[in-house]
Amino acid sequence: MPQRAWVATRKGLFELQRQAEGWRIARASFLGDPVSMLLPPVAEGPHAGRMMAALNLGHFGAKLHVSDDAGATWTEAAVPAYPPQPDGAPGPAWKLVQVWTLQATPDGRVHAGTLPGGLFRTADFGASWTLVESLWNKPERLEWFGGGYDVPGIHSICPHPERPAEMLLGISCGGAWRTQDGGEHWALSAKGMRADFMPPEQAYSENVQDPHLIVRCQAEPDKLWCQHHNGIFRSIDDGATWQEVTTAPLSSFGFAVGVHPADGDTAWFVPGVADQRRVPVDGALAVNRTRDGGRSFETLRKGLPQRDCYDLVYRHGLAVADDGRALLMGSTTGGLWSSFDGGDSWQAVSNTLPPIYAVRFG
Amino acid sequence: MPRVLFTPQLKRFLDVPEVRTDAATLRQALAASFAGNPRLKGYVLDEQGHLRANVVVFIDGRRCQDRISLDDPLGPDSTVHVLQALSGG
Repeated sequence: MPQRAWVATRKGLFELQRQAEGWRIARASFLGDPVSMLLPPVAEGPHAGRMMAALNLGHFGAKLHVSDDAGATWTEAAVPAYPPQPDGAPGPAWKLVQVWTLQATPDGRVHAGTLPGGLFRTADFGASWTLVESLWNKPERLEWFGGGYDVPGIHSICPHPERPAEMLLGISCGGAWRTQDGGEHWALSAKGMRADFMPPEQAYSENVQDPHLIVRCQAEPDKLWCQHHNGIFRSIDDGATWQEVTTAPLSSFGFAVGVHPADGDTAWFVPGVADQRRVPVDGALAVNRTRDGGRSFETLRKGLPQRDCYDLVYRHGLAVADDGRALLMGSTTGGLWSSFDGGDSWQAVSNTLPPIYAVRFG
Repeated sequence: MPRVLFTPQLKRFLDVPEVRTDAATLRQALAASFAGNPRLKGYVLDEQGHLRANVVVFIDGRRCQDRISLDDPLGPDSTVHVLQALSGG
């Protein structure tokens, strides 16, 4: 059972501590400042125990802070920065807009996915960052476009737990990309995804897909799940191909997806009505869970508000603990709910937090 | 000698003492400010060296329009204010 979790919000980073009766908010950091993502204290390797928080200061740019004492004190570190933009270089400006995701990888490094579409990595825990130019220089990048933001961005980083040279990325809107040689080469990995927002002849183009989030099962790493703008997709071959799952009740629209760390057939989704109406169906918050690889779903509602509820759970707003039983779910209107039984029942942790960008255990 | 003053809002993040410099242009004055305070640069300029979209500079009460070259001339008694650009409501 996890003992600690983190909530990144529009107005600060909140630490949760597990108590007998549930989660308690134990500390607030960066109060008043938008925290776009956090990396919980890393479990092992040369930087074990260190954590990161990415800030998105409205006037003064994106910043990155590091803590060596689990959030008690913070030091500003280097922020991923784009190299000088060549004159006339097409595409979005080579300027960091936001750190969208942070992921510790089995090679001991940390990777950062950013808007406007650059992948960065650091071997010294944020003292210096390097743009992964092999991806940034792909000509296909210029066809990416914004999904939810003005510029494209990398929100999902799925390292392969057994093969350190392999990683899969999710990009809105730029499909899924995979490297199998430590980032030397990249190839599209979104075959089977479908984009209804494109002209019909481009609906299956891999480079224009909008995977809202992609997650990988740690124990069965060939199994991945994607909550896509146009539905739910699943891969059982390490992202080589994707199959649409059409059996989810209520709606297959949403942003968040979580996968059971030990069982790649078990995944959770938080449905919204549709892309043009991003609220719970019938004003009642629900979680869809499959335990058979998407053949069937259960709709879980116990403990969640069932009337007049307009909470939206954004892409990083659902977390699954290592035990596959503890869940956290945070909304863009500041609702935070926890479950300790795999989603069968939920308890409100708070209904008055700032808009929640990300929740993570660790 | 020109003076450079930064919005007190920045004090939440780092020290921003007034800078006096014999710079002849805005870019030179900012460079002189960053020389003794390297972390400040990333709060005022982006990685391409452009003024951040939501930062505004006034020279002797006149708002600078150019955000890229930053070559506005400074007089010997100029006062430069580096402020937040208000947006939204």
